[in-house]
Order: sequence, then structure tokens, then C-alpha cells
Amino acid sequence: MPDAVDRSIINALQGGFPLSERPFADAACELGLAEADLIGRIERLLAQGALSRFGPMFNADRLGGAFCLCAVSVPSGRFDAVVALINAHPEVAHNYERAHALNVWFVLATETPQRIDEVLAEIKCETGLEVYAFPKLEEYFIGLKVDV
Amino acid sequence: MTQHQLDAVDRAIITATQSGLPLVPRPYHAIATQVGAEPEEVIARLKAMIATGVIRRIGVVPNHFALGLDRNAMTVWDVADADISRLGREIGGLDFVSHCYHRPRMLPAWPYNLFAMVHGRTDDEVASKIAIIAVRLGGSCRASDVLLSRRILKKTGLRLAA
Repeated sequence: MPDAVDRSIINALQGGFPLSERPFADAACELGLAEADLIGRIERLLAQGALSRFGPMFNADRLGGAFCLCAVSVPSGRFDAVVALINAHPEVAHNYERAHALNVWFVLATETPQRIDEVLAEIKCETGLEVYAFPKLEEYFIGLKVDV
Repeated sequence: MTQHQLDAVDRAIITATQSGLPLVPRPYHAIATQVGAEPEEVIARLKAMIATGVIRRIGVVPNHFALGLDRNAMTVWDVADADISRLGREIGGLDFVSHCYHRPRMLPAWPYNLFAMVHGRTDDEVASKIAIIAVRLGGSCRASDVLLSRRILKKTGLRLAA
């Protein structure tokens, strides 16, 4: 598990990583750490899975691309097979099992809005299941500031 | 929303950084070498992409599950369309709501139009946060549901073709 220093790094660096020549040195200074220590800890937290990424978070909308939340009601007997068919698409950015009749919820991230419709059609065809698309109409907040 | 016009150098920088920044003392220099640009230009372009919203932020992305925040609930609410912008901003502003969106209903099966993601360490913590949302929405909410996460089936970042 992350120690107190790891947690201070996670809390402080969920945004605002410096855009400078030696950004780790600058960020480490703010945290009272040495540059090499900060780099080593981020490396370890990534390897341990405590961090899923480190770097820029891109807004697909502004890249001309698109995101779409989708849901499918997958019968339990076909669950693993259907999930494998869905996850095989590189456009499926993440996928969660949820406790609901609509039990599989995934997000498509594509380079063009048209591609969303194409992938949805492919998944419907491959699985034989109805796929519900829930595109965002308005976004109110996307902060994801986690206090650990 | 103005669409940021990305040129070939921008796209090369995006491709080089979308799986993460190099863990070296001069990461932007390493990217510059990779894409064939000057380090100052890489930094300037990343700053421009933040200014235009192409990049939301640069930093660490915690894995909620690994950090003990392994309970998350997608809460969904049916509120009047006329009120949703005001209510969405209010719920999205709560510090325990990580994502909040207006999405289409799928009638008759799916009457919900406001989606708010809630994270916590325990089921009780998540339940108490959901109760706060319910109080905030009050009589404006006609129906609601909670979809607890069972497990992650896939998780990758955004991937652009090179």
C-alpha cells in the first residue's frame, strides 16, 4: 500500500504537473522530496497499479474525437464470451460490470463521432444484443480529485 | 467550444505522450527527441493544448480500486429537463462526485437523464454520499437508481492511431 509520502504525491499531482525543463525537480521541491525520489515513487506506484497513468489527460471531444457511454444487458450464461467480444474493440476504453439488468457499461473513445456509430453497429452484430448508447448532452464536472 | 486545430507536430506529441510521460528528469526533452522538435516547442505546444482544453490536465491518475476507493456507484436520476442544467451544476460541484453528465433517457426502460459517479471506501460511505445527492435534488427528482460496480472488465486510456 502507498505510504504517507506516496499519498501526498497522489493528492498533490492529480493536475498541474509543471511544464518546465526539470518538472520532476520542480514538483519534488514543492513536496519536499528529491527529484530522483519522486521519479522512483511514481514509477513504483505505476508498477504496483496504485496509479493507472501518469501524463497528460486528453479531452477526446477537442481532438475531433468522441466518447460515448454504452450499456448492454448480457445474459449470465454468455457473460464472458460477450465481454470478450466487446473488449476486443480497441475503441472500448473502459468497461465495468454493474449490478443492474443493464449489467455491462463501457465507454467508446473514437477519433471521429461517426466511428461511434460504426463500432456500436459492429458490437450489436457480433453479440446479437441490443446496445444502448448514452452520449453526453452536457458535462457538469470532471474533476476526479481523489483524496487518499 | 472552439475546435483546436491540431497539426502534425501536435499529433506526434499526443501519440508520444498518451500512454504516459517518460519517467526521466527531462521528460519534455525526451519527447522532443522522439518527435523531432525542440524541447521549448514541445512545452509551448503542451501549454497551448491545456489552454484550449485539448489536454484536461497533466498529472497522476489514481487507480481507485488499488487505493481502497473500491466502491463506486453510478447514480442516475430523473429530473425535469428544464431544471437539469442548474441541478447538474449543483450535483457536479459536490466534492465526492467525480463525473456528472446530462444523458438521454431511453424510454420506457430508462427514465434517467442525470448521471453522477460517486466513489468511496465502503458501501456505507457511498450510501451516505448518495443520500446527500437525494436531499439536494429533493422534489425535483422523480425517480432514481444506483448501479454499483462489481468489477472492472477493461481499463485503458484514450488511444489515438499514430
